[in-house]
Amino acid sequence: MSFLTNLISGLSLGSVYAIIALGYTMVYGISKMLNFAHGDVIMVGGYVSFILNMYVGMNGWLALLIAMVVCTVLGILIERLAYRPLRGTGSLAVLITAIGVSYFLQNSALLIWGANPRVFPSLFEGAKTIHAYNGQLSIAPASIFTIAANIVIMVILTLFVSKTKAGKAMRAVSEDNGAAQLMGINVNQSISLTFAIGSGLAAVAGVLMCSAYPILMPTTGAMPGIKAFTAAVFGGIGSIPGAMIGGLILGIIEIFSRAYISTELSDAIVFGCLIVVLLVKPTGLLGKKVHEKV
Amino acid sequence: MAERLLKNISTRGLKKTAKKGMQYRKEAMISYAILFIGYAVLQIGAMTGIVGRNLQGQFVPICVYVSLAISLNLVVGISGELSLGHAGFMAVGAFTGIIVMRVLEQYITIVPVRLIIALLVAAFVASIAGFIIGIPILSLRGDYLAIVTLAFGEIVRNFMNVLHFALDDKGHLKFAFNHTIEGITNEQRIITGAIGATGVTKTATFTYAMLLTAFTLFIVLNLKNSKQGRAIMAIRDNRIAGESIGLDVKKYKLIAFVVSAALAGMAGCMFGQNYSTLAPVKFNFNTSVLILVFVVLGGIGNIWGGMIAAALLTILPEAFRQFADYRMLTYAIVLILVMICTYNPAIKARIQNIWKKINPLKRKKDEGKKDKKKKSGKEAE
Amino acid sequence: MADKKDKRDEFRDIDISDSGHAYENRQEIYYNDNVGGRAVFVDSKEQYEPDEPYNDEVFIPEKDRGKTPILQVKNLGIDFGGLTAVDNFNLTLGRTEIGGLIGPNGAGKTTIFNMLTKVYEPTRGEIFFDGKSTKGMNTVDINKAGMARTFQNIRLFDNLTVEENIKVALHHTTNYGLIDGMLHTPKYRHEEFRIRKEAMKYLKIFGMTKTADYKAGSLPYGAQRRLEIMRALATKPKLLLLDEPAAGMNPSETTELMDTIREIRDRFQIAVFLIEHDMSLVMGICEGIVVLNYGRVIAKGWPEEIQSNPKVIEAYLGKSRGKMKEEEEKEKADIEKAFRKGRLESAASGKPDRKESE
Repeated sequence: MSFLTNLISGLSLGSVYAIIALGYTMVYGISKMLNFAHGDVIMVGGYVSFILNMYVGMNGWLALLIAMVVCTVLGILIERLAYRPLRGTGSLAVLITAIGVSYFLQNSALLIWGANPRVFPSLFEGAKTIHAYNGQLSIAPASIFTIAANIVIMVILTLFVSKTKAGKAMRAVSEDNGAAQLMGINVNQSISLTFAIGSGLAAVAGVLMCSAYPILMPTTGAMPGIKAFTAAVFGGIGSIPGAMIGGLILGIIEIFSRAYISTELSDAIVFGCLIVVLLVKPTGLLGKKVHEKV
Repeated sequence: MAERLLKNISTRGLKKTAKKGMQYRKEAMISYAILFIGYAVLQIGAMTGIVGRNLQGQFVPICVYVSLAISLNLVVGISGELSLGHAGFMAVGAFTGIIVMRVLEQYITIVPVRLIIALLVAAFVASIAGFIIGIPILSLRGDYLAIVTLAFGEIVRNFMNVLHFALDDKGHLKFAFNHTIEGITNEQRIITGAIGATGVTKTATFTYAMLLTAFTLFIVLNLKNSKQGRAIMAIRDNRIAGESIGLDVKKYKLIAFVVSAALAGMAGCMFGQNYSTLAPVKFNFNTSVLILVFVVLGGIGNIWGGMIAAALLTILPEAFRQFADYRMLTYAIVLILVMICTYNPAIKARIQNIWKKINPLKRKKDEGKKDKKKKSGKEAE
Repeated sequence: MADKKDKRDEFRDIDISDSGHAYENRQEIYYNDNVGGRAVFVDSKEQYEPDEPYNDEVFIPEKDRGKTPILQVKNLGIDFGGLTAVDNFNLTLGRTEIGGLIGPNGAGKTTIFNMLTKVYEPTRGEIFFDGKSTKGMNTVDINKAGMARTFQNIRLFDNLTVEENIKVALHHTTNYGLIDGMLHTPKYRHEEFRIRKEAMKYLKIFGMTKTADYKAGSLPYGAQRRLEIMRALATKPKLLLLDEPAAGMNPSETTELMDTIREIRDRFQIAVFLIEHDMSLVMGICEGIVVLNYGRVIAKGWPEEIQSNPKVIEAYLGKSRGKMKEEEEKEKADIEKAFRKGRLESAASGKPDRKESE
């Protein structure tokens, strides 16, 4: 039964990774950049929700909604101020800028909220943990909600990208920026929208993650950010279902290696799996193979 | 056979890179000069007391970061691959060096000899790590390669967290993986998991560190100006053309990667000898990024640029210690602004225009020409 | 949603049978005959089967007969995900022959070069280079075996100087190891001095000594093409593949290039196989010509034969003016028809029309 418990907490953690990975994968798909600051947007989302909840006394769900709005605006601002001036100048320049933005967010948080870890109040404070089979199987309500949220987000996002006009425009821009522009698509708007969606989802992920692992620090977002990015690459960066599969697999691997192998080595195992996958499929599980024209 | 077959191509209107064979010599001269002047200035400053204690403590790290910037430039600038795991090789070198120094303490009493042996072993172990990680990743391209180097750095740090080394009473090296060694006094421990190395005798000095930096510079500059270096740069410029003239792409990418790893290992070894305790946390992703930032701010592929960036960015945060709270924030803002100003074509052109106005004597013509060319190149793309 | 469905049905009803698609309506396809070296034609509807294995000796210039051909290609073919890009390609090239490969755009010429140099692995068929099969070899091995090429879209090492571009090509004849390279030993100095002289020799032959220290990427177009040929030659090949060497050159440059190619062949005693659209160049220097269309060889022979075959002339060397016009007009009418139809539709649905910019 501990297997099942682990599986569920793995799926839950994986769902968080998947939601974060969506932001990475969509941004990468549309602007071919590794947005290293994405992990720190999660942290900002967590803090905003925390402050509203603790000091303003707002309802947790309302706080989540406002955190989403704040992060969406933050995402658009970051893109507009830091990344847009560097569009089309090669991935390295944008990567370093993204790292700069990441430092900026972390250190701003440090100045505003201090270095002390805060205990995040769970969204599901009242809800009871479900116990079954004489307490051998325990399921936290946060886990169930996280998994459900992941599925819902994934479905909505897939529909959005494939059915709506804005979604199609996003896909067009990610296929060929220049051609999309010639077809009358507003590329800037599409990219802003992508950042907005990614950052809004990051806020959700931040609150869900902090509900499950209730410690909030300025560096809280860094490691999950890197792992979610790994998940996006694992599943094939640029692919939405890839992000979901990658996130879930990564979460399960992490929880299982923590439970059965070693807590210290769980990260090493996760990254080791990434290397193995890339060896077999160099563009990730669902990634497209790119042929260079000679 | 050397008779002319075709009409000579006119060179009018072309921009010359440098005089015959001078371009490498010039680069080498500037780099060595920077190293020498930097050494002289800091040494004199320390003797006369102008340079404070805090900054003096940074002398060895400055040299180490300068060598790391040089060796990372071999991968990022010369080989054209993004590496986010340079700190991993540094970690391997540091811990190898610490172990070797401790083990050899009983046999070799002359410190420089011991240090050289430690450096060589560190280079060897780091190059093996580079080789092992290099084989799989070199079939990947671009961002995928970057993420795997990142993963590698994290794996190394993770493994360091569960490694235990100690010297027992008889002077035998004891090793344990994922559990502590029993029956050993604290003084006998060399590396203790996440706590890292303890009780290290500091042997690194400014002069040793500077010599190591000079050696790193020597190797990288020489390599750049050799058939191997040319092959590496050719593959960077055009992989398919490189293959078509018979260059083994994987082999040369691997050479760049392994040499860079070995040099990073040596720098790490020197770094480890500068502290009495050293935790694996020191070699996390942020350190890798820091080294990459040196390389990028110095101008990718520009070796002496990276050296200056590394030195300045190590000194400046130390110098502004009183503003510690705002230090990293300023650092982040400066980083973003520098990137935008140097890479955004419009802003870059504007800055150059302003610069021309302020400074009418200096290379007026030269700048203008360069600007035009860059612009037209961008438009053509 | 209902609206969408209707539109889709409308598209289904569009009649395309009268648009005269070139692929379907082509009545005759040429196959090479294996005896006379003369282009003949067969009806595409009956499968053409050669009676006996190809004996391509007859296609080689007389001076090269009796020696092992430098290149023998048998039934070469490649599929890209179900699409046959090249099929049943056969070729024999003499040791010092200048061969030409012509055909309209998209015929698969560059694909054949890519298969010869193993940039693409052929799906079918065999390649014998200098009498040995190239099965299992990769691009690097092919070059080491003695085949060098240039590219349609120039591929130089842009950030290296002209001299370095050639030095890189001399890589395998430079004898020193990694340690020598890192420490700059006397051996390194000696070898570097030697290859520098050798590189300058190539530059002198091609009249580019003055440009030695310029970055390759900053050179004018013609010089870049020369440099690419030089770089290929510096690997000391037995066969030189040139992919559209005269593209973007003016007539006088092309004439000069023709002399150069002939000179290269005579001086280095190697074979040259080239793709070119400029017929004056092809007819002027090629000793044997292969004509390709839709991935198949449609004619093969000496320049005079290719030139004098009226069908080949019509299809590939340019149609008669009257006929061309006729076809052009028909095509235009088709486009206009489709366009008008589209406009009517968009007018009906009330959407503003985008201005056509032609």
